[in-house]
Amino acid sequence: MSATAAHAGDHGHDHGHHHKETFITKYIFSQDHKMIAKQYLITGIIMGVIGIGMSLLFRMQLAWPKESFTIFEIFLGNWAPEGVMSADKYLALVTIHGTIMVFFVLTAGLSGTFSNLLIPLQIGARDMASGFLNMVSYWLFFLSSVIMISSLFVEGGSASSGWTVYPPLSALPEAIPGSGLGMTLWLVSMAIFIASSLLGSLNYIVTVINLRTKGMSMTRLPLTIWAFFVTAIIGVVSFPVLLSAALLLIFDRSFGTSFYLSDIFIQGEALHYQGGSPVLFEHLFWFLGHPEVYIVLLPALGITSEIIATNSRKPIFGYRAMVASILAIAFLSTIVWGHHMFISGMNPFLGSVFTFTTLLIAIPSAVKAFNYITTLWKGNLQMNPAMLFSIGLVSTFITGGLTGIILGDSTLDINVHDTYFVVAHFHLVMGISALYGLFAGVYHWFPKMFGRMMNKNLGYIHFWVTAVCAYGVFFPMHFIGMAGLPRRYYTNSEFPLFDDLADVNVVITMFAIIGGAFQLVFLYNFFSSIFYGKKATQNPWRANTLEWTTPVEHMHGNWPGEIPHVHRWAYDYSKPGHDEDFVPQTVPMKEGEEELHH
Amino acid sequence: MTTGLLTFIVLILIAIAIWQLTKIFDLSQAKADNTQIANDKDNNVNGYLMMGFLMFIYIITIISFWKWGDLPLIGNAASEHGSSVDTLMIISMVLIFFVQTVTQALLHYFAYKYRGKKGRKALYYADNDKLEFIWTIIPVITLAGLILYGLFTWNEIMDVNMDDDPIVVELYAQQFNWKARYAGEDNVLGKANVRLIDLGENPNILGLDREDAYAQDDVIVQELHLPVNRKVVFKMRSQDVLHSAYMPHFRMQMNCVPGMITEFAMTPTMTTQEMRETQKIQKKVSRINALRAAKSETLIAKGEDPLEPYEFNYLLLCNKICGESHYNMQINVIVESQEDFDKWMAEQETFGKGKVKK
Repeated sequence: MSATAAHAGDHGHDHGHHHKETFITKYIFSQDHKMIAKQYLITGIIMGVIGIGMSLLFRMQLAWPKESFTIFEIFLGNWAPEGVMSADKYLALVTIHGTIMVFFVLTAGLSGTFSNLLIPLQIGARDMASGFLNMVSYWLFFLSSVIMISSLFVEGGSASSGWTVYPPLSALPEAIPGSGLGMTLWLVSMAIFIASSLLGSLNYIVTVINLRTKGMSMTRLPLTIWAFFVTAIIGVVSFPVLLSAALLLIFDRSFGTSFYLSDIFIQGEALHYQGGSPVLFEHLFWFLGHPEVYIVLLPALGITSEIIATNSRKPIFGYRAMVASILAIAFLSTIVWGHHMFISGMNPFLGSVFTFTTLLIAIPSAVKAFNYITTLWKGNLQMNPAMLFSIGLVSTFITGGLTGIILGDSTLDINVHDTYFVVAHFHLVMGISALYGLFAGVYHWFPKMFGRMMNKNLGYIHFWVTAVCAYGVFFPMHFIGMAGLPRRYYTNSEFPLFDDLADVNVVITMFAIIGGAFQLVFLYNFFSSIFYGKKATQNPWRANTLEWTTPVEHMHGNWPGEIPHVHRWAYDYSKPGHDEDFVPQTVPMKEGEEELHH
Repeated sequence: MTTGLLTFIVLILIAIAIWQLTKIFDLSQAKADNTQIANDKDNNVNGYLMMGFLMFIYIITIISFWKWGDLPLIGNAASEHGSSVDTLMIISMVLIFFVQTVTQALLHYFAYKYRGKKGRKALYYADNDKLEFIWTIIPVITLAGLILYGLFTWNEIMDVNMDDDPIVVELYAQQFNWKARYAGEDNVLGKANVRLIDLGENPNILGLDREDAYAQDDVIVQELHLPVNRKVVFKMRSQDVLHSAYMPHFRMQMNCVPGMITEFAMTPTMTTQEMRETQKIQKKVSRINALRAAKSETLIAKGEDPLEPYEFNYLLLCNKICGESHYNMQINVIVESQEDFDKWMAEQETFGKGKVKK
């Protein structure tokens, strides 16, 4: 370890002084992890604006069905003839909203940004193990984003079979126009995305294992790094399965194989497919699809752990339990996928097995929630915007997580499966929670990324309005779900039975529009602070972790001199026997001082 | 349309106004504190807001229950297994609300109580094995109970067998409608395959095997009739994409998968008429009809046809995204007495072009 560190030290020295960087190597084809993190973040934000914008458009259709809006004409063009959104393009919007938010914003935008930024900085490394692969990873992500967006403009429109793209709907252009070229582009984009994600994940794993500075044992790693590390492992285990699912789907679509298709009669014709099963696709898809929830969520929880501890001026409560629950969640996440398929025609016995494993996952989740709450107890809470978003995350994680007990129970799932109850559940527990994690991370590490501070008052407004609107949107949604309203309906006005849900839909949409509009406050704060924000000091939050020992001005190799050594864990806040309420990891142990958490 | 657009514009204007206000606010206090790090005043304000937010969560919960509390389908299941689903749902809900109320209170109360103050030192409190054991073991016990109860019910529901003399009905899904096929006198569905579908002069819309003796007495209909208190074994088929046969009032749902036959068995316990007479449904219907009457008035004013008044019916609807008209793939389900059912059945024609025999 020390040899590696010393070697990396020399390497960094070289970079610091001798290389002249051109605009292209510094800002575009950069191999510096900090620049790549910023590239991920800004691409993620752009994709986020598109994804959230789409949701506002289809929310308007749900509240005021089949009405004509000028705004539809402007943004949707021929997807909304005379300003009325068409039924199949509603599905296209829902599909791309889901795809963009899950993969492009909350996987790449969140994990890509903060894994890249923080892994080398917090473990004490000059850069990622492979800067080149890291760069390739970003540009593959960029390419897949471009392809995904371009699929909106092709003949027949983008993929329209839901973000889960179940065949046969996604396999047969006869079944829905979006399953033509749009779906092909979706698959190509996702294949490239997966390649990008795998390159990134392998890099994270190798870096965490090999490039920790002297003294940074695994049990001294900040919880952020634990979360990113385990997330990368889940990604490496599960993303290849999605790739194989996508490849087989490409085979069925383009080369006439029958992996997923059998006995189909459509548009007056029986097709040749024989012997395949869509249930196979569902298995392969959810083998990634469920771990994906934790790929999205764990980094957010890691970020929250760090921010809650720092701003509570207290050690994170139960460090070992937190690590253990991350590992338990990671393990369990790979054996629960079948709870998405209780009523898919799968053998009911499998349903009981998956109910069992699924409800087990509530245990480590509960431990995490309780540990966050205990960390706040008797703290000295510094209410920075990042802290508010972290507390908000714990709140939505609890509210959304609890309804998982209903959905994970196969018996109860029968009647709420694929209703708005599910939409409410997963938006709160992974969508909003992970988004809060992303915001928290941006507010907290903005000074590290851009050397300037974001405006806190705008941050407060952003948080409080978002928090109210998030509940305003998703809390009432449970009720319409339990009333039996299926998701992915263009309108529920064809069912007089659901007429009394119309006003709930209007309430939800109003909250969504207000919440969406206030994200502009964040965008303004973010972009204006890059240029005009108050200059940051080296360690504005008085935090213990190593990234705050680097200079404010970015440099290749991160530290001007030698990489600092680590003498303690990351959570010595308000430790008795020290004058300051924080003790950075680089401070050696005093004589007789104990590392209390061991 | 204008309302929506106007709201949108108003909201954007509000957003701009607030942003301008903060700018003014920032400028006014620029000298005092411009570090952009939370000070005691921020801690105070946001600490109180945390308590306010806790109240907001409680209030939105209460308002939702007060306004929409009778929307959820709980407590009036129209099938035998449905009532055990409802019981489990109620137990889970009570548990969830208890945990939600307590944990949100702790979270937000601590956020308020321990809001930062200059000079105060936080408690260095990194670990407590006993506490952590407690909050691991409590969820373990609670969940073990829920899992056991849930699995017991699940196994009972999913055990599809031919005990108790059930009738066999095929639910057949296609973009974008449903058909039902009764097994007839022999109570065995004739063989079928989509490759046998014939839309010509002598149509065979479900692709039944014309040679199969079991198929001759099958009855294909567009409306699902079921006799009350008689077990039904459903066999689901789809001819094109995935669909899902969802009958929310019976707490029943099963996907229809091309290339395979899926099953679900249930016993309806309330006729359509009985359900219409329950208080809960009557309240719902009058509420819906009030809304429809109001809508009709505006429609008439515009010179369009008014809406028909709504009468409750059980529904079978599609609950798996299946294409453009997924949102309108439904048929009525009529539960009636055995006599009425037999009478209705006698009016139908069998696949073999015969009359249904008694």
